[in-house]
Amino acid sequence: MTSDIAAILGIDGIATGAVYALVAIGTVLIFTVTRVIFIPFGDIAAFTALTLAALDAKRFPGTGALVVVLACLATLIEVISLVRSGDIRLLPRALLFYLAIPLAVVGIAWLAMRIDPPLAVRLLLALMLITPIAPLLDRIVFRPIADGTVLLLLTVSVALHFALVGLGLLFFGPEGVRTEPLTSFSTEFAGVLISGQTMLIVIAALVFSGLLYLFFDFTLVGKSLRATAVNRTGSRLMGIRPARAGTIAYLLGSLMAGVSGILIAPVNTVFYDSGFLIGLKAFVGAIVGGMTSYPGAAIGAVGVGILESFASFQSSALKDVIVFSLLIPILIWRSLASLHSEEEIEE
Amino acid sequence: MSQMLSMTDVTVCYDNVEAVRNVSLSVDEGQIVTVIGPNGAGKTTLLMAAIGLLASRGSMVFRGSDIRKMSVEDRVERRLCLVPEKRELFSDMSVADNLLLGSYSLRDRSGVQKTLDEVYDRFPRLRERQRQAAGTLSGGERQMLALGRALMAKPALLMLDEPSLGLAPLIVREIFRTIASLRDLGVSILLVEQNARAALETADYGYVLETGEVVQSGPAKDLIHDPRLITAYLGGH
Repeated sequence: MTSDIAAILGIDGIATGAVYALVAIGTVLIFTVTRVIFIPFGDIAAFTALTLAALDAKRFPGTGALVVVLACLATLIEVISLVRSGDIRLLPRALLFYLAIPLAVVGIAWLAMRIDPPLAVRLLLALMLITPIAPLLDRIVFRPIADGTVLLLLTVSVALHFALVGLGLLFFGPEGVRTEPLTSFSTEFAGVLISGQTMLIVIAALVFSGLLYLFFDFTLVGKSLRATAVNRTGSRLMGIRPARAGTIAYLLGSLMAGVSGILIAPVNTVFYDSGFLIGLKAFVGAIVGGMTSYPGAAIGAVGVGILESFASFQSSALKDVIVFSLLIPILIWRSLASLHSEEEIEE
Repeated sequence: MSQMLSMTDVTVCYDNVEAVRNVSLSVDEGQIVTVIGPNGAGKTTLLMAAIGLLASRGSMVFRGSDIRKMSVEDRVERRLCLVPEKRELFSDMSVADNLLLGSYSLRDRSGVQKTLDEVYDRFPRLRERQRQAAGTLSGGERQMLALGRALMAKPALLMLDEPSLGLAPLIVREIFRTIASLRDLGVSILLVEQNARAALETADYGYVLETGEVVQSGPAKDLIHDPRLITAYLGGH
């Protein structure tokens, strides 16, 4: 391998890793706030790419129908639970958040399709359509078992992933898509050609992680999410509702996954089931970072990206095997090096 | 004097065992009420039920509204606050962030900075350490932070669970001085303590809880001279 090839592989790896990093940060965010290891994050990223491709092809994406179905289900469950607990006064609020807003988003997307919107608007529409999915799934699937063990939540999360893959096939069909590049710009750096898309991926990853950092450090809502992650009982005693913190975490996480889906769509062909590998590699990155550290997860994810890039040069067929084999020594090292967490002791 | 909290025939079960049985107690506005009793008498359980972390039977009325079925968060929004025995601080976060989060339940944010200054004036040590992570504080400082954080919510009734637990005698005195001074702020207090003497010296009224039941109650100045309590809890003098 010459240094030129190594540089190309390195840059390619950093770009892929940056996409994984966004999903990994979302995974850590959801896990620390809700204790759910949200496996379907990769599916959210893939669905965003498929949604954008459908919008590009002037078709109304299946995501719209998915959001409508989930919104109706979530509203039904919320209304039943409110009526049972006698909290009728909260009904208007529930109808607004679980029904009106998701339906309004789908309505806006549907109307916008009539006027053949430019690329920037299509990107925004794709993100708008994708972000309600995870919070609605949270209400339907995870809220009723929120006090369960991490293992139960993980098992349900895996099942949810398979359900989403099935829904993906139903709503998007079996064809793969590749969207048009967001930029045709490219530049040469130290003799290596760097595409604008690659630069965009890295810049977007940096900007979104930076924004998240500012949100956590400088806003009360951001701090309340951190507080919920650090100490659930303590945060409840401050009046912070874990369910609301969870919804915000899911919204932010889906946004990160959505952005990564948009960034990856022009580089890789995305199928309805492509999300699993994206999510799993981001998960490996998050585990390398210990599942609780954002910088750790980002660095781990970029490491996974670089390893994958070099592995695909050595043996394209075995690249995933090489990446996932990395997990074994890391898990052994982590289980030997770290003490058991409070969570495990509690259980 | 209007009634802050009134519990009537409250029973709390832990896995089919009645940890608290038919307990009735009340706290009036501006009053410091203490619940004393031996380890395992159900004191902490009673406070956990009052804040809503444990389910209970019976009646629980706080400032005129029935709170028994309300969530913890709804009770906190009505300014009922608990400083738990374990303090439950946000250990990875700074002292300043812990205090700020104490004010989370306040809709009107305009007075938050003023309250923060008041808390820092009351506990100058916290001002010195405002950038330090809560997990690095000493035991006494943690208790001050837990108290300060609860005060940030402008509580109408503050429930304190064993505020002197595990602290050096000098700091215990300081904590009890602070508790007594909170009365001037118009905060009512429900104080659960094993340190019965210090608690009765600070409180207006006291309840004695044994094996989940109230066995005695009365003005604190009477209880402190009660021969039975002196032998059982007050060190025999």
